[in-house]
Amino acid sequence: MSETSALRLEGIGHWYRPGEWIVRHIDAELRRGEVLAVLGPNGRGKTTLINLLLGLLTPREGQLTCHGPLAFVPQLFAPPFPYSVLEMVLMGRARHLGLWQTPGRQDHAIARAALAELGLEGLAERPVTQLSGGQRQMVMLARALASEGEILILDEPAAALDLRNQAAILALIGRLADERGLTVLFTTHQPQHALAVADRAMLLLPDQPPLVGPTATVMQEESLSRLYGIDLHRVEVNHAGTHQQSFIPLFERRRRPPTA
Amino acid sequence: MPIPNFSHAPRLWYALLGLLLVLLVIASLGMGRYPVPFSSVAAILGDQLLPLPTTTPVGSEVERLVVLQLRLPRVVGAVLVGMALAMAGATLQGLFRNPLVDAHIVGISSGASFGGVVALLFALPSVVVVGSAFGAGLLALLAVFAMSRASHASRITTLVLAGLVTGTFCSALVGLVVFAADPEAQLPGIVYWLMGSFSQLDYRRLALLAPPLLLAGLLLHRMRWRLNLLSLGDHDARGLGVAVERTRWTALGLVTLMVAAQVAVSGTIGWVGLVIPHLARILTGPDHRTLLPISALLGGLFMLAIDGLARGFTAQELPVGLLAALVGTPLFAYLLWRRREGGLGGAE
Repeated sequence: MSETSALRLEGIGHWYRPGEWIVRHIDAELRRGEVLAVLGPNGRGKTTLINLLLGLLTPREGQLTCHGPLAFVPQLFAPPFPYSVLEMVLMGRARHLGLWQTPGRQDHAIARAALAELGLEGLAERPVTQLSGGQRQMVMLARALASEGEILILDEPAAALDLRNQAAILALIGRLADERGLTVLFTTHQPQHALAVADRAMLLLPDQPPLVGPTATVMQEESLSRLYGIDLHRVEVNHAGTHQQSFIPLFERRRRPPTA
Repeated sequence: MPIPNFSHAPRLWYALLGLLLVLLVIASLGMGRYPVPFSSVAAILGDQLLPLPTTTPVGSEVERLVVLQLRLPRVVGAVLVGMALAMAGATLQGLFRNPLVDAHIVGISSGASFGGVVALLFALPSVVVVGSAFGAGLLALLAVFAMSRASHASRITTLVLAGLVTGTFCSALVGLVVFAADPEAQLPGIVYWLMGSFSQLDYRRLALLAPPLLLAGLLLHRMRWRLNLLSLGDHDARGLGVAVERTRWTALGLVTLMVAAQVAVSGTIGWVGLVIPHLARILTGPDHRTLLPISALLGGLFMLAIDGLARGFTAQELPVGLLAALVGTPLFAYLLWRRREGGLGGAE
């Protein structure tokens, strides 16, 4: 194990009903400042893996080692009460405060600093329920920063966002890894998201151990097609001096020809 | 319509509501069949709190007796009950992530009623009434949780339905006790108690009521910020490092203690826990750090005003539980209408 290891999964497996493994034989190691994207269709165990990492579930098999506190950003949700942005970010301080404690001056300062780092100071007093999806996701990231976690776990951070906000969130993830040295694990349905920021990718393939490795190595037409069960085609473009690749799902057009 | 945000000025509201409460307490102490002037009440209270070495006693003997012996325990009790019910409502709404929940809806009140009624039926001492109400309230809560656990449906819907089932079952048990009670000797007392009243509140009962309410109220106040965290939902709260189960059960136990002590001493009083937190949210926002104290102040004011109406308008005293429902329901209807207009905000 390298000395800068942040997160280590050794032979992790979990089932809810005996014999029905949701995930199995997961081996991965993340060093400090590395970004791992977890890809897999619905029901292949992405959420289970996150719950295992957060300690909400105990793995039935294997061992999980975290070097440093975790911070979790859940899938976009609406809180039941219209808390202000600042109140929401303050909640990131929970693990630093006891049952009978309320946030103090220092916690407020940390929350405001987290908002400032993401350029959200102007929204501090606004109710989160009035924000757009993209803004709300940024607030949740600010909350994760305020929690001072070193390993960031994000559950589909860019789902339910428009393209511009997807780009903003991905850029932010990259920045947090590069500048803050945060270790990031995120789940996604979009191969492009992995290609944009992830150093490593994990494909939760059907009926075999997940494929883990450097993003460029793991993300191939063949492996992705097997992952999603439909054909994907690789395209490469040179744009503004950068070389980019992407994968297009080949949906068959399934409409009757016009009859008139 | 944007939600007005006054959450930056909670201190102003604390001061304003606190002052109103003091004024209303003094007014209530003077009000009744034997009116005592406002200034005399203030002087008598002041003399009690800060005795000055004067030779002439403050107020007449009768005034002192009426204010200090007859009315003070009742007024203090009403304020405490209002505070407790409002805090209980605010807490439960946070825990269940639903602004439409209170101690009635989750079955605690009905359970406590049954416990209290059984103790009254056997003419047991007041301490046993409180204990019995608390035990039965806790049992009702456990039943609700067991039922909600067994189901896979949406937690909140199941919880509310389980509360409804438990509450209805306990109400039926209460009905059974009422049916079995001696119509001459026991029934009037039981029925009057069930409708909620402060008329029996003397120092002895206040001594029974105050310690659990103050203890649970102070502890809930201490953990008020945790309610913000729990209101996010189990998954997110756990992700933030909150010991969800332990925190929730601590809060629920404290709420049950408050509601059971209140029910045991003054019968069932509904709607306060539902209406007051809504008002508080409109004044200072949803943060439980301000919501709990503001709810407590508003609840004390509301209960005292209701008790004033109960005592003041008719020669024969009206049960406060009835009046609270009569005043609370239209107020709640108005708040629901505001909610439709977007005034309360929420998850919908």
